[in-house]
Amino acid sequence: MTYEDVLKEISQQSDKLIVMTAENRAAIRNLPPHLGKRFIDVGICEQTMIGMAAGLALRGRYPITHALATFLVFRAYEFIRDDVAIPNLPVKMVGGVPGFLSDANGPTHQAIEDVALMRGLPNMMVFCPSDAEELAAGIKVLAEYPAPCYIRHNPHPAPIKHVAPFEIGKAETLSEGNDVAILVYGFLLREAVKAKEILEAHGKSVRLVNVRMPKPIDEAAVLKAARECALVVTLEDHFLTGGLHSIVAELLLKHKLAGNVLPIALEQRWFKPALLDRVLEYEGFTGKQIAEKILKALS
Amino acid sequence: MDKQTELDLKGLALKVREHIVRMATDGGCFIGASLSCADLIVYLYKEVLGLTPDKVQDENRNYLLLSKGHDVPALYGTLAELGFIERERLKHHLYTNDSIYWHPNRAIPGIEFHSGSLGHLLSVAIGIAYDIKLRGGKNKVYVILGDGELNEGSMWEGFLVAKAFKLDNLVAIVDRNEFQANVRTEDLIPIEPLEPKFEAFGWNVKRVNGHDYTALENAFNWIPHNESPSIIIADTVRGKGLPSIERRADRWFVNFKPEEVEQLLKELHGEAQAELTSETLMVR
Repeated sequence: MTYEDVLKEISQQSDKLIVMTAENRAAIRNLPPHLGKRFIDVGICEQTMIGMAAGLALRGRYPITHALATFLVFRAYEFIRDDVAIPNLPVKMVGGVPGFLSDANGPTHQAIEDVALMRGLPNMMVFCPSDAEELAAGIKVLAEYPAPCYIRHNPHPAPIKHVAPFEIGKAETLSEGNDVAILVYGFLLREAVKAKEILEAHGKSVRLVNVRMPKPIDEAAVLKAARECALVVTLEDHFLTGGLHSIVAELLLKHKLAGNVLPIALEQRWFKPALLDRVLEYEGFTGKQIAEKILKALS
Repeated sequence: MDKQTELDLKGLALKVREHIVRMATDGGCFIGASLSCADLIVYLYKEVLGLTPDKVQDENRNYLLLSKGHDVPALYGTLAELGFIERERLKHHLYTNDSIYWHPNRAIPGIEFHSGSLGHLLSVAIGIAYDIKLRGGKNKVYVILGDGELNEGSMWEGFLVAKAFKLDNLVAIVDRNEFQANVRTEDLIPIEPLEPKFEAFGWNVKRVNGHDYTALENAFNWIPHNESPSIIIADTVRGKGLPSIERRADRWFVNFKPEEVEQLLKELHGEAQAELTSETLMVR
């Protein structure tokens, strides 16, 4: 079932669901005939979309808003903060082409500080699905969940067979191992799976943890990995500051754990715009490059 | 409008202004913008909204949103006089034992949504109005905008979007008191002429004296149901009711001494102007 199929199904079961977009229909283009006036396209007005979503939520609706991640999070951030997070309204914000998925668009379209900004808001949850399958499973649970959530849209096919159903605040442990734990969210799970295979060929045991939700973070899964694995890797298409690495660092410090942590993230610069696979290669995020970094850290 | 109704409205507005003046000490408040829209808020509550304390959660109620936010003392005063909150609670202004502070918030019965950052509540009002339409409701959404607030780009997004969705159950009211913080709007980013701007955006537009109840009555009775939202530009005087601070650029936010408050309360009742020695506040 696709993301669209799930929204269609939920909207038929419940008239509370409203699908909104700031003139970005890529993920929801087939929904208008099914939703009628519950499909709202406000035009290129991200701020108005979020304020309007708050108004709809005050009336008992569950709006799911869509725009490119950068415009949704950054252009409308103060509206998200003031009108959604402060009153804790159940508005969902689905950002298109987040992280590396903006490939050749250039820095204006690179949402690589979105997780930092959104997780910094009280009441706000953050969901970064690894693929289209996980996105569909997640939206089914989150659509009418009575709290706000930011979702990194991801239409890519699943790189692995998922072993755990989606649960709010729960990570998915895809393999057990003690030499290295790779904590990853979103699209980069695909590269992490490749890295795992290379590492295993080098005789390393790899614990692959699909974090799914940077907030609320699955504390137990992170702490377990830090306690049981020689090295913890945080892998994300996000700035080093404020994302998964920061979350793990905060958590380990809180529990007085001096973890051996290798962050793989973007340093303080935007990435080189190009087609996705070329970006990965250039920035050092292919499975092979990730495996090499980890082997170096383990040696 | 009959004489008695007008007298009652004036009497209520005077009490509301007394509350505003009493909130202008021990920390102070945004007195100018509160006094400018006191008549408007009183009129809306008494003659338009049909709201009573038992209806604040009724899904068929009319909504009032304060987008400019600084005018909330006028709303606190009105809510206290009409029994939505205890009058005693106004003594909690700026204390942590209550939620009566410089901007509106939903902890106060009758306040629909918080504001403080300008340019937000038109879009929230659009969402509420859209949902009412979706459910076939007859209720209306009224949103009070500041004139300085019209500088915000999000307002103009909202004007476009509300028209696109044909929200004729949405009524915006501009409290046109001619000032933003410490400058006249026309001396900074001129916003006039306003009527043709809103007309060009497809709104029904009416301009009235915001202190004249008969004019307000005519305006609110005029609102057409023609698939377009309506906007009432209410020409007002910042600081209205207190000649000693009316149209004074430096009396935007005030924190008076208790003795000044006593003088101002007398001034409200037509006695001599207060001699104000408190520091003025300039933000520019």
